Amino acid sequence: MKTEKIAIDKRGYYGEFGGAYVPEMLHANVKELQDCYLEVLADPAFQKEFRSLLKNYVGRPTPLYFAKRLSAKYDTQIYLKREDLCHTGAHKINNTIGQILLAQRLGKKRIIAETGAGQHGVATATVCALMGLECIVYMGKLDIERQAPNVARMKMLGATVVPALSGNMTLKDATNEAIRDWLSNPSDTHYIIGSVVGPHPYPDLVAKLQAVISEEILEQLPEQTGRKLPDAVMACVGGGSNAAGAFYHFINEPSVQLIAAEAAGLGVHSGETAATIALGKPGVLHGSRSYLIQTDDGQVVEPYSISAGLDYPGVGPLHAHLAATKRAKYFPVTDEEALKAVVELSRLEGIIPALETAHALALLREIKFKKEEIVVICLSGRGDKDLETYMKYLM
Amino acid sequence: MNRLDNLFSHKKKDTLAIYFTAGFPKLNDTRRILLELDAAGTDIIEIGMPFSDPLADGSTIQASSQKALGNGMSLKLLFEQLKDIRQETEIPIVLMGYINPVMVFGVEAFCKKCQEIGIDGLILPDLPLWEFNNNYKSIFEKYGIHAIFLVTPQTSDERVRILDAASSGFLYAVSVSTTTGSSGRFNKEQESYFKRLSNLKLNNPILVGFGIAESKNFKIANKYLNGGVVGSAFIRAIEKEESVDGFIKSLRG
Ligand SMILES: Cc1ncc(COP(=O)(O)O)c(C=O)c1O
Repeated sequence: MKTEKIAIDKRGYYGEFGGAYVPEMLHANVKELQDCYLEVLADPAFQKEFRSLLKNYVGRPTPLYFAKRLSAKYDTQIYLKREDLCHTGAHKINNTIGQILLAQRLGKKRIIAETGAGQHGVATATVCALMGLECIVYMGKLDIERQAPNVARMKMLGATVVPALSGNMTLKDATNEAIRDWLSNPSDTHYIIGSVVGPHPYPDLVAKLQAVISEEILEQLPEQTGRKLPDAVMACVGGGSNAAGAFYHFINEPSVQLIAAEAAGLGVHSGETAATIALGKPGVLHGSRSYLIQTDDGQVVEPYSISAGLDYPGVGPLHAHLAATKRAKYFPVTDEEALKAVVELSRLEGIIPALETAHALALLREIKFKKEEIVVICLSGRGDKDLETYMKYLM
Repeated sequence: MNRLDNLFSHKKKDTLAIYFTAGFPKLNDTRRILLELDAAGTDIIEIGMPFSDPLADGSTIQASSQKALGNGMSLKLLFEQLKDIRQETEIPIVLMGYINPVMVFGVEAFCKKCQEIGIDGLILPDLPLWEFNNNYKSIFEKYGIHAIFLVTPQTSDERVRILDAASSGFLYAVSVSTTTGSSGRFNKEQESYFKRLSNLKLNNPILVGFGIAESKNFKIANKYLNGGVVGSAFIRAIEKEESVDGFIKSLRG
């Protein structure tokens, strides 16, 4: 596996973003992970197990599908990387499979996770059931309501879902609670973070586990198109893990445009938004320095998006770096634009995408590509969990 | 001389530090509470700078921080409230909070303000040692502000020594790896951890924090180390408008 595509220093910095801003209670845990993660990832026994589970359990490789009618509509060549076809319905399981194998090697008995849309919670509950480990998932109370099907799935899988009751009761607050749990249970617990956020080494660890997405695109694209590289890769960004995975092997290929969609909620300047790159300033939250939506006093602003998975005031430090260095472009997409894109993909291709994913699809209306250009969109997840929201919208 | 050093030059035992959140329960209570604590015989004042997402805090301090921010508390306002405090008291004052608001204020501007007012030390639990040593140590020293680091039961002897070397004023021994506001009587494990710290013969005095709500645990902390810090229990007391003087007396037993 080619992994060293992104320059990260010993302290976990991508340029000026990253690091490990954790209280002393977590020092030993974070240090243990920092010291071992590269070695574990490189271990052939780990790779064998990881690859075998991705193939036989998750169902990888996921198809790279030429979306004919969508392409005709936008007059370009659109390929969908079908992460929605992964077991559990989103890319999140690529990361949880890798991290559960890591947790086993560290001898951890108890697994905790945060979740927004519930996809990461389901993916964590799934691998815990698979390995017979205890699983506790923190989820904002609002998200428990708006992503009910995923709460039921987690319960079916034997996980305990704990509501987070602070702030807007969404992903940020669930992450606060997960970190508080971790620092209260430092010796027996592994925290499976669900995105490329958190203290070093999580952003790099999660990016490397999700890198399988772009690794497969690199193999599939020539078979289908005769072209080695796409002209553009697009993805949605909450914390940024599906985007990190889809971008990973293209970061050092300057001919490939990297384009991401962040959630604008009701609009970037509406005060009800999660457009971190558009509005954020450098700041520290959840263990790393990145862009952060905050007040002039350095208080975190409560975010808003219709999409629970993108409703987060920060973004992974890798994305802050890609944005600051202009290697990737980030565009805000509103709730309304995302919902339109959901209906469009459903009707044109027979694929109902997740609300998060729809933000990336909505960019097709914003960005004009040439007819012969190849655009790969990471279809990060399926929309089953969002059907209630979709039904309301269609009314 | 830094007031913390001055205090510990003569006081070796029973040092009582009280934490409270700035701007709580009412926006302009900061100064009143500080002076009442001083009058009641507190040794060190620890003022919490409220943050929206206090990761190391339990429900009591989360709620007080939220309330304070809702009241309109900010770092600028805190400095304003404390502007002339040295005309009234020489009690050592330490500020405690999270790194983000301090970074946004500007670490140097912040330390300069602290010096102007007469703040003696800073506790920033999510500021990593490496960042401090490489980026901020010289700034803290320039303005005479002591950096106070945390150790926990999981911290190895070797690392305790490193954190002791980086700290000045005192070292903060977290009694158990958890968030603030935990309760329960200190057990054998904690006592042996305090003993271990005591046996290391560190440069700095050591205060025990997290989990001291009443006199029993304060006594145990005093038995092995230099004293303790009380936070959540005091916040609950002022929320109920209990007398500050009575609270301190009962802690001292
Ligand atoms: C389907 C789907 N896509 C995207 C995301 C956003 O996460 P990330 O930015 O880490 O890919 C989520 C998060 O819940 C999700 O469920």
